[in-house]
Amino acid sequence: MNDPQRELIARLLGPEGPEVTCEECFERLDEYVDAELEGHDPERAIPGMAAHLTGCPACREDHESLRELVRAERS
Amino acid sequence: MTALATDAAPAVAPPDTERWLRRLRGPSPERDRAVAELHALLLRAAHHELSRRSASLRHIAWGERDDLALQAADDALVAVLAKLDTFRGASRFTTWAYKFALLEAGVKARRRAWQGREIPLAGEDWPALADPGPSAHDAAEAGELLRALRAAVDSELTDHQREVFVALALHEVPIDVLAERRGTTRGALYKTLHDARRRLRAALADHDLGAAS
Repeated sequence: MNDPQRELIARLLGPEGPEVTCEECFERLDEYVDAELEGHDPERAIPGMAAHLTGCPACREDHESLRELVRAERS
Repeated sequence: MTALATDAAPAVAPPDTERWLRRLRGPSPERDRAVAELHALLLRAAHHELSRRSASLRHIAWGERDDLALQAADDALVAVLAKLDTFRGASRFTTWAYKFALLEAGVKARRRAWQGREIPLAGEDWPALADPGPSAHDAAEAGELLRALRAAVDSELTDHQREVFVALALHEVPIDVLAERRGTTRGALYKTLHDARRRLRAALADHDLGAAS
């Protein structure tokens, strides 16, 4: 399979492992982003968050936007 | 899905966080000034979110974008003040507050961008694999997997799961848009999508899904 085909299959089937819910994602998104920007391993603190951000485009966009905003504010 | 871990909040909050909390929990007029500053902060975050979405909002006048940002900041301010006592101090206060504004602005922007558009719930239009890949074997492998997946969508999912899967995963309809049309929540729809994906993976157990893991 080439990359577009892999991406399509991955998008349709989503992540394989355990993941947090959308509610849990929002609840701890700030903690996850601060941990990322402070150089810690956020997945260790919140297992299943990375998988959820892979599978849920809306939560992924929220995450990317928050990280971008906070990073810009601190730079 | 996993249970939410419950880590203890940091023992010492950053100075700016302590200051925000002290002012927002204190008496007026200092509290009023803090609320006004918080609103300005949330409005800036809302504008940040809308500027990220400028492509999908290009047909919307600047005045309406400003209104969307203001509505998002207003709603976020209400949410932040209502939930202030639930802030655990696991992040900086501003990071915690920003997420409410980004959520409100993002949801409003997605819904506005899809206003008047029909949501595809049937799966007639599966993506064609225009690029056959580096080899005939690759093309055949991908094609076979997609055919099996499409058959599993028809045979393994409930009607509700199929509609949610087709809208969200196949046609990439924003989940907040579908949630609004269905009168439900992002979380409830994602749970349905998650269950559907799990059924599909089980149905495709005989295939090599390594690329999708």
